Amino acid sequence: MTYMFSKRSVAHGIQNVSRRHVLKGAVATGSLVLAAPLARGAHAAAAPTYATGAGDMPHGVVVDPRVFVSIAPDGTVSIVAHRAEMGTGVRTSLPMIVADELEADWARVHVAQAEGNEAKYGNQDTDGSRSTRHYLVPMRQIGAAARTMLEEAAAQKWNVKIEEVKAANHEVVHGASGRRLGYGDLAADAAKLPVPQIKTLRLKDESEFRYIGKGVPFVDLRDITTGRAIYGADVRLPLMKYAVLVRPPVVGGKLVSFDAKDALAVPGVEQVIEAQGWPWPSKFQPLGGVAVIARNTGAAIKGRDALKVVWDDGPNAKYDSDAYRAELEASVRKPGLAVRNEGDVDAALKSADKVVVGEYYIPHLAHVSMEPPAAVADVTDSKAEIWAPLQSPGGTQEDIAKTLGLPLDAVTVHMTLLGGGFGRKSKCDYAIEAALLSRKLKAPVRVQWTREDNIRHDFYHTVSTERIEAGVDKSGKVIAWRHRSAAPSFMSSFQPNVKNESAIELGMGFVDLPFAIPNIRCENPEAAAHTRIGWFRAVSNVPHAFAVQTMVAEIAHALNRDPKDMLLELIGPDRIVDVGKSTKDWWNYGEPFESYPVDAGRLRRVTELAAEKGEWGRKLPAGHGLGIAAHRSFVSYIATVVEVAVDDKGNIAIPRVDTAVDCGTYVNPERIRSQMEGAAIMGISLAKHGEITFKNGRAQQSNFDDFPVARIDEAPAVINVHIAPGQNRPPGGIGEPGVPPFAPAFCNAIFAATGKRIRRLPIGSQLA
Amino acid sequence: MINLTVNGEAHRWDGDPSLPLLWYLRDESGLTGTKYGCGQALCGACTVHVGGQAVRACITAMQDVADQNVVTIEGLHPTGDHPVQKAWRELQVPQCGFCQTGQIMQAAMLLQDNPKPTDEQIREQMAGNICRCGCYTRIEAAIRLAATGV
Repeated sequence: MTYMFSKRSVAHGIQNVSRRHVLKGAVATGSLVLAAPLARGAHAAAAPTYATGAGDMPHGVVVDPRVFVSIAPDGTVSIVAHRAEMGTGVRTSLPMIVADELEADWARVHVAQAEGNEAKYGNQDTDGSRSTRHYLVPMRQIGAAARTMLEEAAAQKWNVKIEEVKAANHEVVHGASGRRLGYGDLAADAAKLPVPQIKTLRLKDESEFRYIGKGVPFVDLRDITTGRAIYGADVRLPLMKYAVLVRPPVVGGKLVSFDAKDALAVPGVEQVIEAQGWPWPSKFQPLGGVAVIARNTGAAIKGRDALKVVWDDGPNAKYDSDAYRAELEASVRKPGLAVRNEGDVDAALKSADKVVVGEYYIPHLAHVSMEPPAAVADVTDSKAEIWAPLQSPGGTQEDIAKTLGLPLDAVTVHMTLLGGGFGRKSKCDYAIEAALLSRKLKAPVRVQWTREDNIRHDFYHTVSTERIEAGVDKSGKVIAWRHRSAAPSFMSSFQPNVKNESAIELGMGFVDLPFAIPNIRCENPEAAAHTRIGWFRAVSNVPHAFAVQTMVAEIAHALNRDPKDMLLELIGPDRIVDVGKSTKDWWNYGEPFESYPVDAGRLRRVTELAAEKGEWGRKLPAGHGLGIAAHRSFVSYIATVVEVAVDDKGNIAIPRVDTAVDCGTYVNPERIRSQMEGAAIMGISLAKHGEITFKNGRAQQSNFDDFPVARIDEAPAVINVHIAPGQNRPPGGIGEPGVPPFAPAFCNAIFAATGKRIRRLPIGSQLA
Repeated sequence: MINLTVNGEAHRWDGDPSLPLLWYLRDESGLTGTKYGCGQALCGACTVHVGGQAVRACITAMQDVADQNVVTIEGLHPTGDHPVQKAWRELQVPQCGFCQTGQIMQAAMLLQDNPKPTDEQIREQMAGNICRCGCYTRIEAAIRLAATGV
């Protein structure tokens, strides 16, 4: 199948998919800014088989084997991993793609980690479930270019035509004469050759793939299991000082005074100093406060406990989650900004035989990656070096340079492994904190966020109230769908007075509703932020999918229909859903519509696959129930069937989960399975437990006792992942899209088991 | 002065006796395989073995490990091939991997105490170790595999 590039998607306006870049543009000019064109121009000219939004990301794509591949005389092939590894396996999957096209033997491949440098490597923002989607073709081209150069070197050496030689399994062979040369023997000559034009490259046929679609064990496995893997929290430099900070408890607050006497009396504490902060909102700049510097982290934490600090709480001192929830509920009961409008919803609702109404509340969440933010910085007057777990190393390089007033090339950002990210580590405030302290103390400094810091000062997942009214006619057909979503936008962390969700948030499972309903209106009532909002794995898809997929089951119940049949009926006939027709500035995950349309047929098939594999409709013991949900996000299609067993005390067990995935072309199926397994666990966490509440502007939770996450004794007994064939389609996202359908499928299963409808997350004690 | 043994080597600490063992290992001894996750024994990322028991290093003071034998992930097996480590690799358990050294130390002690645990015992014994990436079904399977021989 061929995917042609079209200008149509550009006409839709917002093509810049990088959350970081959109926001940068917005802050600088007050409007959305289109990114630079494709780096080096080469990628666009190469006419890949389908277009992606990769070139619209900051610094675009670099397709250059000299940047990504090097071969030692002993034949060891080094391939650069330029994205951030936080558990998706990307540090393995992207080099594996290069190795496949290069015909390299994986056993002789070494993965070299890039530093943060987008001018050299192209975009490095590891979020938005983009890595495979944006880099499958470029990585193949890089591998094919290097392979071609090795073949050319061998052909020249043997004085034969390049067509007569073939690279295979780490050597080049001349079939006619049987001569062969290993990659190590050819590397020096190959390196002197010009890099071939991308459009001249021969890419492998799918049948020739050694690793793509099959996978290899991920490269960090041994180091992780032996404790040798180095995360940002593990970097240690000679003469390094250890810092923890106390930050304003209310966003927008600032330091008035502090008394360090008792803190300085703690053994091991060396200094207590003010830490520079920025007024809210300030993108990713630090909150400021007071830093305790010590000979080790334990002493710094103890010193901080002894510190006395006076704060001015500022304008958000009244933020109260109970009051705010009432505000959001009032908002969704009135009309709001119409962001998608088809047909006449008001008239259709009026004429409907039955109107099913649901209101859903999904609270703030904290990311709580197992590694809390940490960073090491070594800054002098002329240069800065950073070691940290960062999802946006290139953006961090820019932010550090700007903050310190250094030229970009004076800032080196080393990429360590990330102990989880989930969106939190796209924001580099902790690295800036370390850099500022290092400059002040003229020594390497390590900043450790405690778990309490991590939960009290997060860039939180938004808080949302969703209201859906569905009108059904006499024949039982859904004829009207009005969905109002009120939630503070993450744009509020970048500019003041933001009241509406951004196009990015609206595009996440809200305006892109793929249902065959003649009258649809999506409205976005205003909601102001009173804390730092950021993106959390799957972002606004979490509340939107929860509302939409719960509503489907509510309609089914109201009409006495099977929920799976109801879902399939609403998805409707196989077709491309032209969301852009009725939606201004529709954001399609930054991807061109032609390569990545909203395909109702794919959503149907993945729903059927989950239902079939999950044995939908099977006889269950008393107290058990099945729930289903399906959702397109990050241009992948996921459906989940969950079986629950609820006892009379309200304890929930999960005997089985079946998740079906259509992500188009897949590269590393084993890591896709692990991402879907993890998405189920994160779905359990947010459905059962996850809630950050505010009182007097302060987050009321601080550690895993009051912000619990799912533990092993709550895990499903079995999670089956079913990957749909899709090797003829462009690749979609995997890191995030497993999360959104889980909570609604789970809560629909609880309804089936108990008759108790969950409309407010978390479930908490609602079943007790 | 506190004397202790870490992974078979003699260590001495003459600083604050209330310092958590976690920070002694990570910041004073460079043994960063033991992770900080919560500081309150809520997540298990810092699990080490002290005197043949799995303990949380984040709430264990240095004075409490005086004259004790401490084993960290770095000392679990000389070549990193403890049956639990091998099972973890066989099933590709980790995602980000940050909690996994604590999980492995907990699992190794579980199997030492109870070489043939039931699924329920595995869940009960491992419930103190959080994995935010959600590798739980594989952790469970890897412990079963380690128990039956990799």
